[in-house]
Amino acid sequence: MALRPPEVRVWWNEPIARGELLWIVIAFLWGLFMFGMMIYWHIEGEQNLSTEVYRIDPELFAQRAEETTEKYKIGEEGDTGIPIVAPPPGADVYMVARLWEFWPVLQLEKGQSYRLHISSLDWQHGFSLQPVNINLQVHPGLEHIITITPRETGVFTVVCNEYCGAGHHTMTGRIRVVEPGQGG
Amino acid sequence: MATAAGELGVIGGIAAKFRSCPVTGLKVDLAAERLIKANAVVAVVYLAIGGLLGLLVALTRWPAIHLLDSDTFYLVLTAHGINVLLFWIIFFEIAVLYFASAVLLNCRLATPWLAWVGFGLMVVGSLLVNWAVLQGDSSVMFTSYVPMQASPNFYLGLILFAVGALIGCAVFFGTLVIAREERTYEGSVPLVTFGAITAAIIAVFTIAAGAMILIPTWLWSLGYIANIDTLMYKLVWWGMGHSSQQINVSAQVAIWYAIIGLLLGAKPLSEKVSRTAFFLYILFLQIASAHHLLVEPGLSAEWKVFNTSYALYLAVLGSLIHGMTVPGAIEAAQRKNGYVNGVFEWLRKAPWDNPAFAGMFLSLVLFGFLGGISGVVLGSEQLNIMMHNTLYVPGHFHGTVVAGTTLAFMAITYLVLPLVFQRQVIWPKLAKWQPYLFGIGAGGISLFMMGAGTLGVSRRHWDITFSDALLSFDYPPAAFLMMGLNGIFAILASIGGILYILITVGTVLWGKKVDASNAVESLGPMPARVLQSGASANVAKHGNAGTFALPGTYVIVGVFFVSFVLYYFVNWKYLSELWPMS
Repeated sequence: MALRPPEVRVWWNEPIARGELLWIVIAFLWGLFMFGMMIYWHIEGEQNLSTEVYRIDPELFAQRAEETTEKYKIGEEGDTGIPIVAPPPGADVYMVARLWEFWPVLQLEKGQSYRLHISSLDWQHGFSLQPVNINLQVHPGLEHIITITPRETGVFTVVCNEYCGAGHHTMTGRIRVVEPGQGG
Repeated sequence: MATAAGELGVIGGIAAKFRSCPVTGLKVDLAAERLIKANAVVAVVYLAIGGLLGLLVALTRWPAIHLLDSDTFYLVLTAHGINVLLFWIIFFEIAVLYFASAVLLNCRLATPWLAWVGFGLMVVGSLLVNWAVLQGDSSVMFTSYVPMQASPNFYLGLILFAVGALIGCAVFFGTLVIAREERTYEGSVPLVTFGAITAAIIAVFTIAAGAMILIPTWLWSLGYIANIDTLMYKLVWWGMGHSSQQINVSAQVAIWYAIIGLLLGAKPLSEKVSRTAFFLYILFLQIASAHHLLVEPGLSAEWKVFNTSYALYLAVLGSLIHGMTVPGAIEAAQRKNGYVNGVFEWLRKAPWDNPAFAGMFLSLVLFGFLGGISGVVLGSEQLNIMMHNTLYVPGHFHGTVVAGTTLAFMAITYLVLPLVFQRQVIWPKLAKWQPYLFGIGAGGISLFMMGAGTLGVSRRHWDITFSDALLSFDYPPAAFLMMGLNGIFAILASIGGILYILITVGTVLWGKKVDASNAVESLGPMPARVLQSGASANVAKHGNAGTFALPGTYVIVGVFFVSFVLYYFVNWKYLSELWPMS
């Protein structure tokens, strides 16, 4: 009974049952395998989070985002007044997270890669691309640059999934993906 | 533990009042007993409050009901997390620490007055936090990520609570020293105490991390510090936030061993293996902070991979070991109790009518299958991209902390009531159903939140229909179904929770007194052999279970392992379908 001291004082020398030992070995090897799996995915997998990150003054980030938006703007999203930005493939493109919106709307081409810069201007936010289900944390003062390659066309929504105060549930953004050559 | 009216025991020249327990023969320090009672009672009060708030959260997130307005929802969600995850669990754990030291080691509690000071600080701290949250300007969630700011009292309350808990740990360690010094036990400490020591050591690390981050954050909220780095805050805060969940794991596993020991006469298969598994927790659980930083900017991939795996999954190994040795110990004991037929007679004829056993076994199964597997998947660096901050996360930790820890704590309550409070459980028929209601409810909550999370639904979100958003979005219909099912199972769990509160409070107030004549039967149904030999005989002997063939345990562990492996690979398959990124 586990409520009393061990009967045999030198319990350390008691033998271990074979079945128990076998399970320990299996569990240990499974752990090693799972550890190796994460490393393997860094080598062979296509979904790895970029570690390209810079400290940045939020005002500077906002300024760069505005410049890029000005440069690649092709129109506005419905009657919301939010600009739609269609950068050329391979370009650097900015998305700002702030209380309570992701700005601007991006229009990307399927199968092309883009260098997406994300940062927050105020509190922490969560970049949750739906329904693809890619979820990233966004910090103020840290500029995260992710190379992303849309796989399908359609209208995708960015939902904020880090609680950010009273208007958190109204914080969304949009990424449009079109066939190559249809942009702009 | 009926008393010989408080016999006076003098040990080491210091007088303490003891009574002797008619079930176990242990001497119970009355000062320790009062502290155990006080901590357990406050714990149950916080469970009642926090649990009710949890129901409000679930009913708001059920889109068809959408009960609370948004501001109230965020306030209630903040209060829910803090009251159950911190206050219910840590008050109960302090009670467990005093039980595992003073009572199990036949010893007096070190400095009861200091223990009361700690208790007082915890009560004042917890009230202060709740008061701050109720003001409405501290709806910052349990995690209170900077630069979002709560009122200074929010942080101050948490600091006071933590200092109180730290004092509780100190009293626990002091008691261990006294027991050793005064030779109140022979050889090594019991396994349950060993598990409690594990919990207390982790608690010290945890509270230290909490102090390191909460004190500067408090000063920041007062204006004395200009800036708290957001990433550093998360790293250190989760050194408290996640590691404190490992206190629960250690305490809950210790409780599993305690319950099966008392009710079935079960011994660990091997002292060496079970203790090593606990030791692995101490060595590796502290780096779990990384689990919350897997999609964070500013940390290297190597750092994430090493830390999120608890250094090659060595802490997970500890849990996988307990996952086999606990059912193994049950099977070995039950076969000794005469249930030797077939593969599963030992399990079929286990005392399922006894809420302590039923709760313990459900806790074991749900913790392993729901909380455990999902935790490893969620904590795999790249897989986290699909799950971070979705409802998968609360799905996971309701599997561990509610279906696992809370259910285990409820289960042991059915033994604590007769043994410590010396009252027979009232309404035994209802008590019989309580762990099933709560366990199935909590299991459903966990499962359906994970389902919704897999479909991308955000956690901590008031309105998944986005009716007020400029750019709207519809989650798939299946997600709405999941949220509805989550609500239904939350109601089920709440019924189980309310029953638990009523039974506990009713028993403490009106339960029949337990004395030597009815002490053993007060523990509820148990195997005939255990009952005949008198539980005390079982308790008196301890050590390895010896070599039994354990076919049933191998089947259970085999099913678990296959589920684990399959689910693990299914998630990598999902991941490979995401947009490529680097």
